[in-house]
Amino acid sequence: MTKTIPAALAFVLLASVAQADTPVLKVLTYDSFTSEWGPGPAVEKAFEAVCGCDLVFSAVGDGAELLARLQLEGANSDASVVLGLDTNLTAQAAATGLFAPHGQAAANDLPAPYADPVFLPYDWGYFAFVYDKTKLTTPPTSFEELAASDLKIVIQDPRSSTPGLGLLLWVKAAYGERAPAIWAALADNIVTVTPGWSEAYGMFTAGEADMVLSYTTSPAYHLIAENDDTKAAAGFAEGHYMQVEVAGKLAHAPQPELADQFLAFMASDAFQSIIPTTNWMYPAHKLADGLPKGFEQMIAPEKSLLMTADEAQAARKPALDEWLTALSR
Amino acid sequence: MADRAVTLAAAGLAAAVFLLLLAPLGALGLTFQGFAFSAPELAALRFTLLQATLSAALSVALAVPVARALARRRFMGRSALISILGAPFILPVIVAVLGLLAVFGRAGWFNDALGLLGLPSFSVYGLQGVVLAHVFFNMPLAVRMILHGWQAIPAERFRLAASLGFTPRASLRHIEAPMLREVLPGAGLVILVICLTSFAVALTLGGGPKATTIELAIYQALRFDFDLPTAARLALLQFALCAAAFVVASRVSLPSGFGAGQGRDGGPPSPNGWRKVVDTFAIVLAALFLALPLLAVVLNGLPGLVDLPETVWAAAGRSLAIALASTAISLAAATVLALAAAQGRGWVALAATLPLAASSLVLGTGLFLILQPYFKPASLALPVTMTINAALSLPFAFRILAPEARTLYADYQRLGASLGMGGWAWLRWVVLPRLARVLGFSAGLVAALSMGDLGVIALFAGEGEATLPLLVQRLMGAYRMETAASAALLLVLLSFALFWVFDYGGRRYAGT
Repeated sequence: MTKTIPAALAFVLLASVAQADTPVLKVLTYDSFTSEWGPGPAVEKAFEAVCGCDLVFSAVGDGAELLARLQLEGANSDASVVLGLDTNLTAQAAATGLFAPHGQAAANDLPAPYADPVFLPYDWGYFAFVYDKTKLTTPPTSFEELAASDLKIVIQDPRSSTPGLGLLLWVKAAYGERAPAIWAALADNIVTVTPGWSEAYGMFTAGEADMVLSYTTSPAYHLIAENDDTKAAAGFAEGHYMQVEVAGKLAHAPQPELADQFLAFMASDAFQSIIPTTNWMYPAHKLADGLPKGFEQMIAPEKSLLMTADEAQAARKPALDEWLTALSR
Repeated sequence: MADRAVTLAAAGLAAAVFLLLLAPLGALGLTFQGFAFSAPELAALRFTLLQATLSAALSVALAVPVARALARRRFMGRSALISILGAPFILPVIVAVLGLLAVFGRAGWFNDALGLLGLPSFSVYGLQGVVLAHVFFNMPLAVRMILHGWQAIPAERFRLAASLGFTPRASLRHIEAPMLREVLPGAGLVILVICLTSFAVALTLGGGPKATTIELAIYQALRFDFDLPTAARLALLQFALCAAAFVVASRVSLPSGFGAGQGRDGGPPSPNGWRKVVDTFAIVLAALFLALPLLAVVLNGLPGLVDLPETVWAAAGRSLAIALASTAISLAAATVLALAAAQGRGWVALAATLPLAASSLVLGTGLFLILQPYFKPASLALPVTMTINAALSLPFAFRILAPEARTLYADYQRLGASLGMGGWAWLRWVVLPRLARVLGFSAGLVAALSMGDLGVIALFAGEGEATLPLLVQRLMGAYRMETAASAALLLVLLSFALFWVFDYGGRRYAGT
């Protein structure tokens, strides 16, 4: 089996020779964006049809890992665009000084105002607790109701997962000073805290909990891809915290023009129409043909919560300490 | 002299291992200034030590009766059961956790049964769940290591004991206890250190931040805080704990020194009466405890196994190639180190134990920082994964080989020297036949472990290099829990097939 190593190297060499003539745009993103079930393959095809370039994604685990990877590579990165940070991480990302202003003018259609000179949103969603309608007929309508019930939930750890961090900021944005009391009341509802979204969602589908922290659009996956209408998201009266996913151009981009072209393409219908049924999030720009059938059944929260990047950055550490204190008792 | 060549090669390997483990810490900017731990870090340290000690003690304590029962009883399915013992250890963590939850979870079979009997339900979440999962993973490993110890006792000793009219109690005291004294500290050490670096199991089954381990603190430091020196400092703490456990285990462990036999396997005598009942009980309970979660994994994955996406097969091929290459590297290194350790070189054993305590995330991140100025990370995904898998699985191969290599040296070295056997003849006629059983088992274990590990490839993998474990993770990330369960089952089947081929081959070659 020692042949594998030279073979792998030879393959890499051949591959790089073949690509030498067309410019290569490297986009650093997270794993589930580029997997064959994510938006990556369709986006690559659509962009390559117009750019005369080779679009190459390289992927790491999730948004937080993406930021860590970027900091590891620093100015050495051969990527031109970073796609997949969320607004809870952008303050930290901007502070690295690795990003350049995007210079794009297109306004987005997010339910809460979002504009940033460095980062452009490409999709967004609301965090929500997802449940099985056949097992739970009257879902709670607020964190307080959830805490008062004997329902069991699985959540993600804010120290290792971006949805976990989102939930932390959701409770903080909704309750402020009262957040520690809410967490203390929720403690007996929490079956367990998982390292990432997949473990939590897997445990929910295996029947280990009544509800799982996910997105209001998660039921759309089951409805559209699996023809299963038993899953629903519970609407909370406090409002729902948003996850806004963004992309930015690197200051040391080897292909700055292609990067600009990609960011402009990101706002186009060709890119945006891929998002709903691959990333299972809402597109950042209204689609010409509207959302795919099934999305109209998703709950529409009346109140959207979103901290600015700086607020989120400032709130993270104290909110995490409160969370740890409340749940470690 | 062959001995000197072995020592030199071992010194080189040990230096390479230390470099591979410690250079990444340097790359992360490890400093010794202000080497103090915060309150949450101390709490994590406490919990880490508590769960690891409990898990190791319980795994080893439960393994002794099971191993003894397997050593002295012959029954239908015994060989299959011994093979199955390798399975829990090689399950990907998330798959094993879902399998365990199907049995012990809130909606699991165990609670269903308790409900039918009108008993209160059992909650798996908490320290009990963490220890349960760690025992599930590691007890079978301990059984195998201890079983090898029993099988390595020359059959003549038991026959002599029988002709001297030893009672089972006397036989335990004079023959079996010294063997256990030699084998148990090593087995306990391996399991303790594995559990020290537990992260996903501890968190998922621990029920919340009370169950925070040092490894989770490392994740947090690397992924959210981007505080590289803190990650390096915590990684060093894990190495220090491992080294401390190593010193304790070496002090406790005593070579048994039975002397050479004719190489026949007789096994210990099989007493009747209540001892037979106890043995049966141990075997049935252990088999149920291991088989039920495995059954759940199979049932979860079976429906979708036929229509897996094509990418799964390519990833499976890649994983197999990595596993075989890692096995070759790891086993060659472990054999050299075990032979050197058998000649009494204690530092060798430390070098071959320390990788257990390595945080794969720290290792991967450090290597990334070291290599990235010179190479494209994606072009290194496969070679780096092979090397790291080989290094991380080295301790298992070493621990399994070392006791038998020591016995081999003690028993046959003088004979070999008096016959003037050269290096190759010695290797061919003495080392390979005597070590075949443990070589096969350790090769199987290493191959299966390398199939399952994804700690490092995730950092380096580009667009096309996904391995099977990474693909399982991607499927779950894309809501495809059922397909993920099937891909995971494929991973388990392939890992187990690899394990079985090596293990069975080794046992057959050794003539059991």
